[in-house]
Amino acid sequence: MMAFVRQVLVIMSKDLRAELRTKEAINASLSFALVVLLLFSFAFDPSEETTREISGGLLWIVFAFAGTLLLNRSFARELENDCLDALISAPISGAALFLGKALANYILVLAVELIALPLFGVFYNVRWTSQFWQLMMVIALATWGMTVTGTMFSALTVNIRLREVMLPILNFPILIPALLGAMQLTSALVAGKPITADNDAWLKMLIGFDVMYTAVSVVLVETVLVGG
Amino acid sequence: MNAVGVEGVWKFYGDYPALRNVELSAAPGACLALIGRNGAGKTTLLRTIAGFSRPGKGKITIFGNSPRDTETRRLMGFIGHGISVYDELSALENLTLFGKLYGLADPKKSALEWLERTGLERVKDGLVREFSRGMRQRLAVARAFLHGPKVLLLDEPFTALDDRAIAVLQRLLREALADGKTIVMSTHQLREALELATHVALLNRGQVAFHGPRTAEMVADPGWVYARYGEG
Amino acid sequence: MRNKILYIIGAAALLLLARDMYLITGFPAERNQGAIFKIIFFHVPMAITALTCAMVAFVASILFLITKKFQYDALAVAVTEVGLAFLAGNLITGSIWGRVAWGIWWAWDARLTSALVCWLLYAGYLMLRNAIEEPTQRATFAAVFSIFAFIDVPIVIFSIKWWRTQHPQPVFWGGGSFPPDWSAVFGWQVLAVMLVGVVFTAVRLRQEQFQREIDSLRRMAHAL
Repeated sequence: MMAFVRQVLVIMSKDLRAELRTKEAINASLSFALVVLLLFSFAFDPSEETTREISGGLLWIVFAFAGTLLLNRSFARELENDCLDALISAPISGAALFLGKALANYILVLAVELIALPLFGVFYNVRWTSQFWQLMMVIALATWGMTVTGTMFSALTVNIRLREVMLPILNFPILIPALLGAMQLTSALVAGKPITADNDAWLKMLIGFDVMYTAVSVVLVETVLVGG
Repeated sequence: MNAVGVEGVWKFYGDYPALRNVELSAAPGACLALIGRNGAGKTTLLRTIAGFSRPGKGKITIFGNSPRDTETRRLMGFIGHGISVYDELSALENLTLFGKLYGLADPKKSALEWLERTGLERVKDGLVREFSRGMRQRLAVARAFLHGPKVLLLDEPFTALDDRAIAVLQRLLREALADGKTIVMSTHQLREALELATHVALLNRGQVAFHGPRTAEMVADPGWVYARYGEG
Repeated sequence: MRNKILYIIGAAALLLLARDMYLITGFPAERNQGAIFKIIFFHVPMAITALTCAMVAFVASILFLITKKFQYDALAVAVTEVGLAFLAGNLITGSIWGRVAWGIWWAWDARLTSALVCWLLYAGYLMLRNAIEEPTQRATFAAVFSIFAFIDVPIVIFSIKWWRTQHPQPVFWGGGSFPPDWSAVFGWQVLAVMLVGVVFTAVRLRQEQFQREIDSLRRMAHAL
């Protein structure tokens, strides 16, 4: 068990170190988030009260798009020098490899989100801090769902044509329930309304989504890596 | 017990059999050279032995166990077409990373030791991205030898190497053989390979056309096996 | 032999469809909605068939991952394509009904929206297959994705239902009543559409087999 955790952490820190050295994906993701935030302000009048009501939706669209750019790099990084071969032949389980990479992606996506969030608050005049901890919980849960399926699909699409396009085509429809829940909760939370019995079904759904897809990914990742 | 056993292995791409009933073995301390034309199935066989994909039928054993067993994987070292090290990390970081994944007692010490043996200790903190081709290949060799594997699987090891890397690799392979380690390599460079090999297997369209000890004729005339057993 | 069975099933499906059509046109117009209500005899059976297809694809995908037999992969892709066609039929008939009943083609009805999301999910499955060259890898990756997609179906349905209940809206088929003597015809109609699905799947399955043979011959030719 300890060995498993250690392997997960080794893979995670390897991915983080490689990314932070070039900052290619994280810079692209951040500037993309910024551009989309700006574009939305042209589409919807940012000073209107109605825009604030749909702000949860806007925010998650920004997160999903910006996250995709990071997730795309995850297994692509392993392909460049056939590094995946070395990882597969190392004495670690597919599950440790998968969770390590998913955690690295999770940290990177969360970092981009936490930078985009205050910018969003400034641009749209939203007081997003009023339910700070509940909002953080929603972001943490929905982002994990996005990362876990995204990491898996990043492995599925790594050596195929049109990789960059395929990932969102596969990932977004699967994520619709999670994004929908996150949007509903975020809109309520940034409007200052805490989660109540009325909308905590969304929270349960997010937890269920995360648990289910984490479990299925861990079970199936070995099949994906070692194929037929 | 055989170090490497290939027992009636078939491998399919869809319905197409890329390997047909391949039957091979290598005793501990043997060096088996897999030869054959492009598309004969050498790489497919080697990757199946390495456990990168499962055979459609038949069985691969490494010292009697499946190559997918975690403990078995500690015994194997693989060098493929790519160098399998990260461009964004330094040479030392790369080797330390794999040392940790293999659970070595002191990953950094082993990494430094292998950097020295491959003549890379001077550039240990340089990023692989900035390395020349030869240096990258020597690092790839160090990565495969780092955890002291008992079975070395090499896919076209001499193909893209520069002279110095070839010399380093040949020296290491000779040492490994003297140490009782087992080597299976696929190759087009018959001269370099046959010098080292104790056994030769010729693959033809996914089947073993010849498998036996290396003989003096082969070293004298590398084309001999092809002429005798290949389809000509 | 296989051909004969297929022809028999096909003929049975056509006969059933013809009989149902005759009966359905004979029914009186529904009290509140008029003749358009009868579209339910196509709309719902197509949804049921599509859902059955998704289930079969799920089971076939798991069986492929366990056995690595390509018959299961062929079955998975065949039923997924057929299911997508039926789901498209479901979406179109639903939309036509919405146009007549509510005056708009798309009213974000919970069930239609869920159907659209599922359609997108499985369209992704086909796109993924198209992009992978090597048959074993294609089958393995597609099976994994099919499992992911099937798990999502109930989550999609529930989440979209919750989402829509927060916004008051007209209920699909609301106000319509279903006389008991229609139920029997409805049951037969479900069977007829299912049989059409079986025939389509069988034809597609054979095509997939040929495709695999062609692919293997092509590889053999390249290896010469």
